Amino acid sequence: MHLAYPAVLAVLLFCTGLYGVLARRNAILVLMSVELMLNAVNLNLVAFDVWLRDTLHAGQALTLFTIAIAAAEIGIGLAIVLLVHRNRGTADVDKLRDLADPPSDGQDPMDDSMAAPTDNDADQARRARRQTA
Amino acid sequence: MSPALHLAATGHGFLSPTGVEIAFLLVGIATLGAAVLTVTTKQLVHAALWLVVALGGIAVEYLLLTAEFIAWVQVLIYVGSVVVLLLFGLMLTKAPIGPSPDADSGNRPAALAVAVAAAGLLVWVVVDAFRTTWIELDKGVQGSTAASGESLFRHWVLPFEALSVLLLAALVGAIVLSRKTAEPRDAQSGKEKR
Amino acid sequence: MTTTTAAVLVPLLPFLGAVAGLLLGRRAPGFVRPLAVLPTLAAAGLAVLVAVRQGGGAGGGTAPLTAATRLADTGSVPIDLALQVDGFAALVAVLVAVVACCVQIYSTGYLRDDPRYPSYAALVSLFTAAMLLVVYSDDLIVLLVGWEIMGICSYFLVGHYWETAAARSASLKAFLVTKLGDVPFLIGIFALAGDTGTFRISEIHTRLTSETAGVPLDHPTLIALLLLAGVAGKSAQFPLHTWLPDAMAGPTPVSALIHAATMVAAGVFVVARLLPVFASSAAALAVLAAMAAVTMVGSALAALAQDDIKRVLAYSTVGQLGYMTGALAVDDRGAAVFHLITHGAFKALLFLGAGVVIHAAGSNSLAAMSRMSGLAQRIPDAFWTMTVALLALAAIPPFAGFFSKEAVLGTAEHAATGHTPGVPEGVGWTVLLAGLLTALLTAGYAARLWLLAFHGRGEPVPDHGKQPVAMNAVLWVLFIPTAALGLAYGTLPDWFDGETLTPTLTTSVLGTGLALVGALVMYGAWRHSSARAARVPLGAVAAHPEAADAVSEAEAIATHEAAYGSIAGASDPADPGRLLLGPLHRHAAVGFHLDAVYSALFVRPVAAAARLVRFLDREVVETYVRGAGGAPRLLGAAVRRAQTGNVQTYLGALLAGSLVLAVAAVLVAAGA
Repeated sequence: MHLAYPAVLAVLLFCTGLYGVLARRNAILVLMSVELMLNAVNLNLVAFDVWLRDTLHAGQALTLFTIAIAAAEIGIGLAIVLLVHRNRGTADVDKLRDLADPPSDGQDPMDDSMAAPTDNDADQARRARRQTA
Repeated sequence: MSPALHLAATGHGFLSPTGVEIAFLLVGIATLGAAVLTVTTKQLVHAALWLVVALGGIAVEYLLLTAEFIAWVQVLIYVGSVVVLLLFGLMLTKAPIGPSPDADSGNRPAALAVAVAAAGLLVWVVVDAFRTTWIELDKGVQGSTAASGESLFRHWVLPFEALSVLLLAALVGAIVLSRKTAEPRDAQSGKEKR
Repeated sequence: MTTTTAAVLVPLLPFLGAVAGLLLGRRAPGFVRPLAVLPTLAAAGLAVLVAVRQGGGAGGGTAPLTAATRLADTGSVPIDLALQVDGFAALVAVLVAVVACCVQIYSTGYLRDDPRYPSYAALVSLFTAAMLLVVYSDDLIVLLVGWEIMGICSYFLVGHYWETAAARSASLKAFLVTKLGDVPFLIGIFALAGDTGTFRISEIHTRLTSETAGVPLDHPTLIALLLLAGVAGKSAQFPLHTWLPDAMAGPTPVSALIHAATMVAAGVFVVARLLPVFASSAAALAVLAAMAAVTMVGSALAALAQDDIKRVLAYSTVGQLGYMTGALAVDDRGAAVFHLITHGAFKALLFLGAGVVIHAAGSNSLAAMSRMSGLAQRIPDAFWTMTVALLALAAIPPFAGFFSKEAVLGTAEHAATGHTPGVPEGVGWTVLLAGLLTALLTAGYAARLWLLAFHGRGEPVPDHGKQPVAMNAVLWVLFIPTAALGLAYGTLPDWFDGETLTPTLTTSVLGTGLALVGALVMYGAWRHSSARAARVPLGAVAAHPEAADAVSEAEAIATHEAAYGSIAGASDPADPGRLLLGPLHRHAAVGFHLDAVYSALFVRPVAAAARLVRFLDREVVETYVRGAGGAPRLLGAAVRRAQTGNVQTYLGALLAGSLVLAVAAVLVAAGA
């Protein structure tokens, strides 16, 4: 079998995942896209391992490790998404804008980013606000 | 006729595929289609289901590449647990059933451009590099369970154990993160007492 | 104690008193009055002692007392801490110290409740020290130090009532106008030192007057005119006299000491000391004479139109200083200093009396005083002493002013007839005619002041309480020289240059006759116009019977413009000055529009330049500054746009960038 087949399939899968990571709004969908990218890499690893006839089976071992790490990643990632959803009421990636440089007139993003990590009270106040809303 | 094409034609031509190649191609197309649907569908749960199809397709590809142990691990872990986890995640985040029009963010055109450009570049490079490379699948099974287990527990045992520690850490981390912390409530009640 | 030690102590004691007063004024209020009065009193005693020990001047053949110590070796012309006590300096120092004593004693009553009395008294002491330094100094640079200290003290003291706008602007005006003269004065001192090679007045004197070693100056006219500018500023001579009437916004004792008796006389004194420099240039003498004539006549006319009693006296001071410069213009410093001393005495008395009058009447306006009766009975001490002082001012024999003024007129007549070598006859005639005309006008405004202030008709003056003994006593102390100092005309030439000061018959008859005519004409006009006073009520009275006199004065100054329409004049149809001056009254009341001319010539261009600079700073320079800040701010805003907080955008940009890099790497690897 030509190595080009699995290689090109891996590339296309990887770019599909890339598109998903960049375009999806829901954080869980983003995680799915990340899985697609990981699998594309795994496919490459397996294909090259088979092609090279590696006596140590390095590619396959690494694939197994990647799968394990992906499982751990998905667990942690989902826990984070759940936590964010619980705190903010949304899991949409483009609504989590605390990294934004606040506009010069100083609005909510600034309050969130500056006050939340340092001040427990602000955190609770925000939570209370959300509950009333 | 360019030298490269000539080389390809003399060896194993693309125009005379073997059966394995045809199977790989068909499954690959299905996998790719499922993957594309995964990242484009408007229904969140459908996305997870299409992901099952894509991951299963990849498992079949592993089998075609004679890596049977990896294939079964793929089915067990990805299809069996990861997707289930994702479905639970969707449920817990109250993902809407049915089409949700705002599944894609405003970055879609940019994402598409980047992805297409990356695909074009990578496909060009990969094809240019591995056009004539041939995998001998007939010289024995490379990824049988026996072979994989032997190498894993002989050569890769130390990373394997380290990985188990990592998994444990991830487990603890996930529990800590997803636990509903009672601490703030205590603080709040303490404040009220004050 | 040697005479030199005494002479050194004379300026030093008030200086130490001032320093102690400034340091202790807040903490130890009980020491303020002794610290103000005692050093000045001691200085006065020492000044008298020095004068007695000295016992005469060049006219009597007594050598001046000189002592010097090298202060700074500048490399070219050294500066010495030198004193030279000749007859002039000794007598003027006595005058300064005595008047300063009187003013300090008077102030303890006049400003008894003033919260700023400690600093006021310290500044008066400092001023006294500076003036005595000017009088005794033999070195022009040391003299300049005293000269400038006097200027700054004048600035602070004129602005004593700084709560009123008039006092604030008056102090600024006094400072700026005198500085306008001081800059040429400084240049003139340097030019003089450059020509003669020394700052020592006595050496300059020797070099210019001795027949054997006399070396004429290279630029006598230039130096004399430069010095004259400073003298005109300090002594309030035309055209730099405009600050003096406005300076009456200060407390009355300050007006008496600084702006009548001493500081304004410092200019005259300096010219007297450096008279050989002026005498070596006929052009300078002519300028001096013209300046004196214009000053005399103009200020006398302006005095006729003033409503504020202190402004009348201020213009009168300007005019009398004109007499002194006139005497200097005809090369007779004896007559000038004689008039300086008598004028210092009677003008100080007039001002101090005016302070009493202002408090008793509750107003500084003559128009208001002419509408109240019984002022003379209310303050008999001030009435009698002021009457004599006004007679002295009008040069009525036998009071002091008569003899000194006749000395001036006599020496002018002497020069006019060509008997003074080195002085053009025209100069003599100018001074003589202007002096005679001014004698007429002086008698007129003196009579006007006396009639309006003490012979008003209308409501009786309300009782504002008895004047403190300290104030009345001072009036009588000053009364003695006012009445009798003129009789010393026989002995004074010994102290001066020896030229006679005895009145000559011609000028005496002419001067006295003109003075009588002026007074009688004014009396007639007053009889004619005073009947109208009852028909036009006018006046605002600030009555504070319990408070110190200064309170009434400050209020009167602050309210004069609002009550009478102008800071200087009043629209009073019963004013005899208005009747006599006719259409001229309007111009005389505002000092012949000199302030307007200054405003057009200096103030407006300076203000326009300031506006231009402001515009350049605000609009041009600031634009660059703002641009330097604004461009990065705009760039920052543009970059900030990219910081949306959307992680996917960041990641997309990151991947696009790495893609570009990858393409570049591939192209490079492919050798494209």
